[in-house]
Amino acid sequence: MSTPERGKRQKQRKVLLMGRSGAGKSSMRAIIFSNYVAKDVRRLGATIDVEHSNVRFMGNLLLNLWDCGGQDSFVESYLNNQRSHVFSSVAVMIFVIDISSREPAADMINFAATLRALHEHSPGSKLFILIHKMDLVPTEQKHKIFQQKTEEVRARCTEEGFTDQQVEFWATSIWDQSLYRAWTQVLYFLVPNAATIESMLRKLADLLDARELILYERTTCLAVTHITRASEAHNPYTDRFERISSILKTHKHSMAKHTGMLASETSFAEMQIKTGAFMFFITRLTENTNLAVVMPSDEAAFNAARVNVQLARREFAQFDIVEKKAARDLPLPHRQDGYRGQMYGMDESQYSLNDAEAPIRGYED
Amino acid sequence: MHTLFSSNILSPPPAPATQQNPFELLFNSAATSNSTASASNSSAHSSPIEYNLLTRRLQDERRATEDARHVEPTAVRRKGHPKLLLMGQRRSGKSSIQNVILQKMPPTETLYLESTNTVKTVSMQSFAQFEMTEVPSQLSIESPEIAYSEANFRELGTVIWVIDVQDDYLSSINSLVHTAGFLAENYPRVHFEVFIHKTDGLSEEYRYDAFREVRQRVQDELSDVGFGHREVAFHQTSIFDHSIYEAISKVVQRLLPQLPALEALLNRLCSTCGMQKAYLFDTASKIYIATDASPTFLKDYEVCSDYVDVIVDIKALYGWQQPAKKPAGGSDADDEGIGESVVTFERNGDTYIYAREITEHLSLICLMGKGSGIDKRVLIDYNVSLLQDAVVEVFKV
Repeated sequence: MSTPERGKRQKQRKVLLMGRSGAGKSSMRAIIFSNYVAKDVRRLGATIDVEHSNVRFMGNLLLNLWDCGGQDSFVESYLNNQRSHVFSSVAVMIFVIDISSREPAADMINFAATLRALHEHSPGSKLFILIHKMDLVPTEQKHKIFQQKTEEVRARCTEEGFTDQQVEFWATSIWDQSLYRAWTQVLYFLVPNAATIESMLRKLADLLDARELILYERTTCLAVTHITRASEAHNPYTDRFERISSILKTHKHSMAKHTGMLASETSFAEMQIKTGAFMFFITRLTENTNLAVVMPSDEAAFNAARVNVQLARREFAQFDIVEKKAARDLPLPHRQDGYRGQMYGMDESQYSLNDAEAPIRGYED
Repeated sequence: MHTLFSSNILSPPPAPATQQNPFELLFNSAATSNSTASASNSSAHSSPIEYNLLTRRLQDERRATEDARHVEPTAVRRKGHPKLLLMGQRRSGKSSIQNVILQKMPPTETLYLESTNTVKTVSMQSFAQFEMTEVPSQLSIESPEIAYSEANFRELGTVIWVIDVQDDYLSSINSLVHTAGFLAENYPRVHFEVFIHKTDGLSEEYRYDAFREVRQRVQDELSDVGFGHREVAFHQTSIFDHSIYEAISKVVQRLLPQLPALEALLNRLCSTCGMQKAYLFDTASKIYIATDASPTFLKDYEVCSDYVDVIVDIKALYGWQQPAKKPAGGSDADDEGIGESVVTFERNGDTYIYAREITEHLSLICLMGKGSGIDKRVLIDYNVSLLQDAVVEVFKV
């Protein structure tokens, strides 16, 4: 993932979601992008042909997601008469392999054929292989089976001309946070300016003296990137970002139920949790992202941090899509007083809480 | 207006020895229970005068309890913790309830539970120790396994009868009436509650019909055998939503001698701070032990209890640096800081949820209404900290 060419990539990225029938492609998509909960996916029917969906992500990135139905007759047509249509200019292909499949050999033949077509039309694309339904494998064998499958698939990829750097493997299941982890990687790869965003976040983290900053995409609740400082690196919960993703998602559902809105519409303006050991808040950073901040327990620093995150929004706004929304941003009073990099420190926290709250209100109507 | 409580409420004569267990109270006469009942009635609309009255009554009661302790040490004493006895026909869902509430088993997994053959007790350490005992269906209430000692019944708080509403419940009602009769005759102090269970399988309109039918039938049968005067509470429950927590909460609340005082405090807080609804949660079990007098909606409880989950989960993720004080873990309340949390909804900026840790095991979750905006937060914080002190005091008694 080299940075310089990242910014130059087109903003619309084509993502193919493929795999055999019943592997779990549409379930995945429903959970990540359509706010389904895991147990509801059994209501989904088979995907007929290709279902296109456009997902706006981080403002200027438009994911053009092709959910390709996996029944053999469809695959046949992708590989023949639609070959160049489907496989040209692909940025990422996500191939889902069902670990509990009853015909693993047929899966591999199908996989190899798809790879060949992909290599022919977009040889530079990135491959994410998701070894799916890992919850069906007994815990003690998980690692071994995953390794075996990985070896087998990797051999195929090399055969078809994909280098090791182009292929990533993830074990997933819709019943735990592993699905979020895999998709986070996919999105991190796709997000333009990831390195710039990261360096800005790092600066912000230093200024706030935060233990950790995590940037979440707003609708999907996926972690885009995170900055970990100092002692937090030893946090025993290495999967905490994904866990928070799923906590936020669950919370979204319960709020949707409470307010009677659709799950896709609800989102909180801010959430704070203060305890003796740490302070946590998550708030809107840009139109499409939420920023979670974990800090040591200190009331004054906490309030200053909240104000500073509000102020930093302007700097991050440029990563969002501009269009008409920029016009909405400007009339807010304190945005005009030229914030240029400097931060309000703790000694200047006379900056009243009310003003700080104003931008949030501003967005509600 | 700014101070929540008159200054004298927290200065009763110094409490003698601090009792850790909230349930360790003496039950004196029926007169006291009447007075508490009227107190809870008056708490619905609390004017300052009534409130003072309530306070005085509370203090009197407190004094009376102390006196009683000195004078008649033989008074019936509910020792320790609330004990609940689950009864009902086979496969009516007793084990599922026990596992879901006390052991946090996901409801979908209760399908695989084996049927229970012996009396099984599970307890949970929380603000008090809960103990839930399950009685297999083949044992009747008189059988020696249950009533092996008089003491067992003396400590018993409530008998819960579980009826599977999707099954043929007529035979269950017969044994229910038999059990209720036995209890009314021998242990009139024990509460009797009926859970009309597995309502998730019924359609919305049929659900209430079935509920009413069962209730009517049970009441008729009870009055036929001459126990019509006995108060039996009915709840519609299902382990797949929050109704089971709601029902268990109500059961526990009936056993809690401090309930009127707590409710009065919450009422007062709600009216002062413009809260829509306030719940005092037991953090570990997600049972609420008190709420204010405004109408209760299941969805309010749901959103609050889900929110408790969110806080507990995030706390677990980032509270790792703090060495676990107790092997039980989970709650990291400490002296240096009070847990506090706020979530603001988008679009309707006025309503938000406010959560505050009261003690190690209890937390206050409030749904804020109009007029309690962010600018009033300082006042709200102040008022809630007064409530916190008061709750701690109440549990010391």
